[in-house]
Amino acid sequence: MAVPNDLYYAKTHEWLKIDENIATVGITDFAQNQLSDITFVELPDVGREVEAGDEVAVVESVKAASDIYAPVAGTIVEVNAGLEDSPDMINASPYDAGWLFKIEVRKEEDVDNLMSAEEYAESCDEEADVEED
Amino acid sequence: MAEFGGWDMPIQYEGILAEHEHTRTKTGLFDICHMGEFELTGPSAVADLERLLTMKVSTLAIGQCRYGFMLNEQGGVIDDLTCYRLGEERYMLVVNAATLDGDSAWISRHLSSGTTFTDLSDGIAKLDVQGPTARAELEKVFGKKLQDLGYFKAEPFQCLGTEMFVSRTGYTGDWGYELYFPASEAVRIWRALLANENIKPVGLGARDTLRLEMGYSLYGHELSTDRTPVATSRGGFIRKEGGFIGEAAVRHDLENPQEFLVALEFDSKRAARSHDKVFFQGVETGMVTSGSVSPSLGKAVALAFVKAGHAVVGTVLDVEIRGKMFSAKIVELPFYKKGTARG
Repeated sequence: MAVPNDLYYAKTHEWLKIDENIATVGITDFAQNQLSDITFVELPDVGREVEAGDEVAVVESVKAASDIYAPVAGTIVEVNAGLEDSPDMINASPYDAGWLFKIEVRKEEDVDNLMSAEEYAESCDEEADVEED
Repeated sequence: MAEFGGWDMPIQYEGILAEHEHTRTKTGLFDICHMGEFELTGPSAVADLERLLTMKVSTLAIGQCRYGFMLNEQGGVIDDLTCYRLGEERYMLVVNAATLDGDSAWISRHLSSGTTFTDLSDGIAKLDVQGPTARAELEKVFGKKLQDLGYFKAEPFQCLGTEMFVSRTGYTGDWGYELYFPASEAVRIWRALLANENIKPVGLGARDTLRLEMGYSLYGHELSTDRTPVATSRGGFIRKEGGFIGEAAVRHDLENPQEFLVALEFDSKRAARSHDKVFFQGVETGMVTSGSVSPSLGKAVALAFVKAGHAVVGTVLDVEIRGKMFSAKIVELPFYKKGTARG
């Protein structure tokens, strides 16, 4: 399971990459692996104002649909339109070509509530352990 | 892995879409050891089975099987199952894992003294080998030719050092076999089949998308004790002469149907799921029982119970999926029309 060091992570398995005041958001390798083949993605409208924790997108696999939450508050400034035709890019490249949307960050302090790569990897291990039981 | 009827079952091996595609084009191998097998023998076995089951049992030839339902007094479906005639007075029922204990208790309560009932489930392994190339790939593994078996026909077959019971049946809509053999041989046979690299293992995830594309019922979704099988089968798999438990309720629903199961096809890949509500011109008319993207069609499909008056092919309905409405058209089953099951 890949967990790049330069990203921030939410407990709900979104990753966040900060560049100035723009945050790119996607789902983690762990999440795409759990969901398996992704067949459909519903992305938010550009311009939408969101709060941290808002449901903003839906990622659907053959098995089930999963809500994607905004990790930080701000404005949706761009979405990955290429996912409409190729949602499987999320499986193939969760941290790169499979990004979901970009947020112009309103509250920088929201980022402090997110996890580091190390903390996130640990929380996934715990989740995997629970499933094994 | 997921819990299913008391068994730990693999949802997927390589991935649901890849396994689905492999089964539709080549040969998939399904571990179906969780299903149960019962044997009924004796001079009164056939009469008992006709009272317990909706399909015709008395006309089964030896080596033939039929699919049908076991109902309670109210006509609710206790299980959907397959009945094989193995000998003059010897029959085998193949039942769902989740309903096995209830089935066993129900059958035992309704037997005559001339019928012996045995639950063989623990001693029998079941592997399904399904796909357009299944016959050739199986023959490679067995090192000998299979007999020409008709659809829903079965026979004993000696191969790989064991006696198998080979049935030309399945749950995918493609050509294939269900293999029954001693459970002690399961791991060895599984490995022997997978040593042929054209045969790939398929999990419960693709088993579900494959059966849904054909419109085959899944117990707990399209069939349950909540209703008679009439809305689902429209009279199919139910013998006209009656004489089975639950007959009065079945006749009532046949004469006066309130709802039917319909096949819904969406324009998008946004999949409806079990319990999503279905509307006709803004008024609720029913409920989705199964839904998924159809890998073969590249769009979402669903099965749903709707009011009988709306169950007309071509009708456009709306399905509420996670708070949003999506339109879907009622189509003829199967969704997937290139199935090779019948040859």
